[in-house]
Amino acid sequence: MNRPKTWLLVFVALIWAASWFQGAINPYYFDILITIGINIVLGVSLNLVNGYTGQFSLGHAGFMAVGAYVSAAMTIFLCPRWLAACGGGSTAESALFLGALVAGGFGAALAGLAVGVPSLRLKGDYLAIVTLGFGEIIRVMVQNTEAVGGSRGLSIPARETGLFTTYLAAALAVYVVVSLVHSTYGRGFLMVRDDEVAAEAMGINTTKYKVMAFVVGAFFAGIAGGLYAHFKQFIHPEGFGFLRSVDIVVIVILGGMGNTPGVILAAILLTILPEGLRALAALEALPVWLRGMIQNRMILYSLLLIGLMLTRPQGLFSGGGKWLRWWKRRQA
Amino acid sequence: MASLVEKEAGMSPLLEINDCTVAFGGLKAVSELNLSIHQGELMGLIGPNGAGKTTAFNLITGVYRPTDGEIRFDGRSIVGRRPYQITARGIARTFQNIRLFASLSVFDNVRAACNMHLRHGISHALWRGDAFAQEEKAVEDRVMELLEIFHLDHLCNAPSTGLPYGDQRRLEIVRALATRPKLLLLDEPAAGMNPTEKQELVRLIRFTQEKFKLAVLLVEHDMRVVMGICERIAVLDYGMKIAEGTPEEIRNNRKVIEAYLGE
Amino acid sequence: MTEFLQQLINGLSLGSIYALIALGYTMVYGVLKFINFAHGDVYMVGAFAGYYLAPWVWKVIPAGQDTTRFSWSSSAGAFAVLLLSMAVCAVLGILIEKLVYRPLRKRPRLTVLITAIGVSIFLENFGQYLFGADPKSFPEILPDRAIEGLGDLTVMVNQSVVLVVTLILLVALHFIVMRTKMGTAMRALAYNPAAASLMGINNDVIISFTFGLGSALAAAAGILNAINYPSIDPLMGILPGIKAFVAAVLGGIGNLQGAVLGGILLGVLETLVVGYVSPMYRDAIAFAVLIAILLFKPNGLLGRVESEKV
Repeated sequence: MNRPKTWLLVFVALIWAASWFQGAINPYYFDILITIGINIVLGVSLNLVNGYTGQFSLGHAGFMAVGAYVSAAMTIFLCPRWLAACGGGSTAESALFLGALVAGGFGAALAGLAVGVPSLRLKGDYLAIVTLGFGEIIRVMVQNTEAVGGSRGLSIPARETGLFTTYLAAALAVYVVVSLVHSTYGRGFLMVRDDEVAAEAMGINTTKYKVMAFVVGAFFAGIAGGLYAHFKQFIHPEGFGFLRSVDIVVIVILGGMGNTPGVILAAILLTILPEGLRALAALEALPVWLRGMIQNRMILYSLLLIGLMLTRPQGLFSGGGKWLRWWKRRQA
Repeated sequence: MASLVEKEAGMSPLLEINDCTVAFGGLKAVSELNLSIHQGELMGLIGPNGAGKTTAFNLITGVYRPTDGEIRFDGRSIVGRRPYQITARGIARTFQNIRLFASLSVFDNVRAACNMHLRHGISHALWRGDAFAQEEKAVEDRVMELLEIFHLDHLCNAPSTGLPYGDQRRLEIVRALATRPKLLLLDEPAAGMNPTEKQELVRLIRFTQEKFKLAVLLVEHDMRVVMGICERIAVLDYGMKIAEGTPEEIRNNRKVIEAYLGE
Repeated sequence: MTEFLQQLINGLSLGSIYALIALGYTMVYGVLKFINFAHGDVYMVGAFAGYYLAPWVWKVIPAGQDTTRFSWSSSAGAFAVLLLSMAVCAVLGILIEKLVYRPLRKRPRLTVLITAIGVSIFLENFGQYLFGADPKSFPEILPDRAIEGLGDLTVMVNQSVVLVVTLILLVALHFIVMRTKMGTAMRALAYNPAAASLMGINNDVIISFTFGLGSALAAAAGILNAINYPSIDPLMGILPGIKAFVAAVLGGIGNLQGAVLGGILLGVLETLVVGYVSPMYRDAIAFAVLIAILLFKPNGLLGRVESEKV
């Protein structure tokens, strides 16, 4: 048994135990907890593409949409029939939900493949816009598919997403990304980011690594989409637009590109922040103009982005290792 | 010399470039180049600035595709192969403007170049079983061994781009060797070095070639370096090969003198 | 046939808008080699500048408000609104460059790109805060009626104004870029920044100038679009911005004629798809074009081939 796998198992056991008490959690906090989990999955998976592999994608919400719609369609159209066939029961229901999530993940991975392959020749700005375009094309396609509600949106009957599934997905996403990046095999991602020409000269098939980053990233975005759909119980194509992608990009940049712990922290921070801002905006003591400005969190996010790029392009939470060493020295 | 023995025995060359031309628009950067390198040979490629030396390198390593002509390595054509495939066949290179992986440490730069020879793929990296751990360990040992040979082991955790210039050049050579090449291409390894460093470099190249039983193709400006170690030298000017021979022959070749000094 | 001609005219006026915005992308790309993501939002600010400036202009030219018939004063009023909002946006563009992009000039392109996205989101959301999120109705600064005597063809006066003004602006731009000292310096900078600065060109001034020029053209596009489609809102710049970028890539980024060509082509194509296929695909078409062009002709229709030096 090695350490990463042990950590994963211990964490899964912990959330499994915790999920027994999820009924006791105040619905408001429960909502935030789940959203944090989903945002961790999204941020960590996008970090593989944007952070470690250096391929700037602005279409993560598109993959999320694919996952959300595929899994929702499974739940709505296929699961009732299968449930009837196997006699029902809550275990069967949970299994089918997991199946729907994975199907959503694979659907999104397929979309990731479709985006990854033609995007290979592109870099930086171009890639960003093309992935943005792909995300929008996915949105328009969903909008034009009446079977899944088109532009009216789609309601999902059951609220299946719970603490356990959400954080299981988060743990798996983190495990997969960290494992890949910390193996000789997965270091190809970093080489592609640093210097594609040199990477090729070292025998790295840069194409393979780029596509792999896109596919793995999209898979987890799809899982996150499924979790989101089965939590909110209503999805709408507009909910997976460009701005949603930007939300995820902000998580990655704030956390630090290629810094998984930082991205996890940023996912937590950026999920709580709007709640805090809402409370702040309700304060009568503040001037009206400030309260108005606070209500639009994107103003703060955009200023944060610009400010970070000007002063700390490596992200808010880089240098974590330094603090850890300092702390360890103090302990010793 | 080994290579001469081979040639006399009629062995086919390791690398064979036949009538290769690279044109950018109307400009022929390399035209009708013929070049062959034998197993274990140390060959030099010289020429004035802009003569097409680096283009020839990019041609061999698959960065450029020849407009015309044929390149064979180890008996098989490599025209149209992607650079990583050519590296896999056994050609490694260094770069004129050093291209280390900036975010990787010295150790990881070399380790990354071992990637190609791994038998284990994505599932092993995720499962992290015993076989995977053993292979990772084997790679680490090999990297450490290489770094020790080139006296870079004490720097293994340093960020690669923070090294002194000479060490960076050496690291690039180590990194190239980690791909286990049969032919090593060195693109101006002595650029920016002082005389002492150059002497050290000459020693290093010779040592590397003997230790790893390599063929080496060396592009270099510094005549003393080239004349000092190369068994055979080819001279390029305006994309064409104007001479080839032993250092002695090249030194006395009229065309070469004209190309360098002008008429 | 008439219907096709009608679509073509609609497409041309839409294409003019894209062309004007695309010029800004392509000029900035020419001198700085980066995509100014916030450019589409400058177009939005242009429209809002017109919205707020029109009443002021009418205070000076009261007769300009009367748009029941054509008159010198209504034309003068419209012209003043156009020029003023162009000036406002030129200043905005220069400010953005100076405050945000200039400190990042030597940084990796990704850093600049992210910053540009940040500026874009800021303009959109600060716009929502400042102007309100609800759509506003752009004032009628010119009499809007159909040109008579064209048979079944309906061409609005405003549509022809779009075409004429665009043409004038293009000619003016051509003159500036090809005949003035500033324009020559701009081309030199696009060709080789280091050499340009060695020739005594102050790169900072030229870059500011380029931003100003591009932003002014975007503002013009904002006004010209608003006189035909008066509903304006703070997020209106996102899609035209992206589409204009597609137009610039289609024509070959960095190439001025290409930007115009790409804009017109894209405008016509979009109108035809909306007219003959389905209006649902209005926004997807530009992206399909972008992906196709990057796959098959990544340097665009009129672009130069560039390759990375190894």
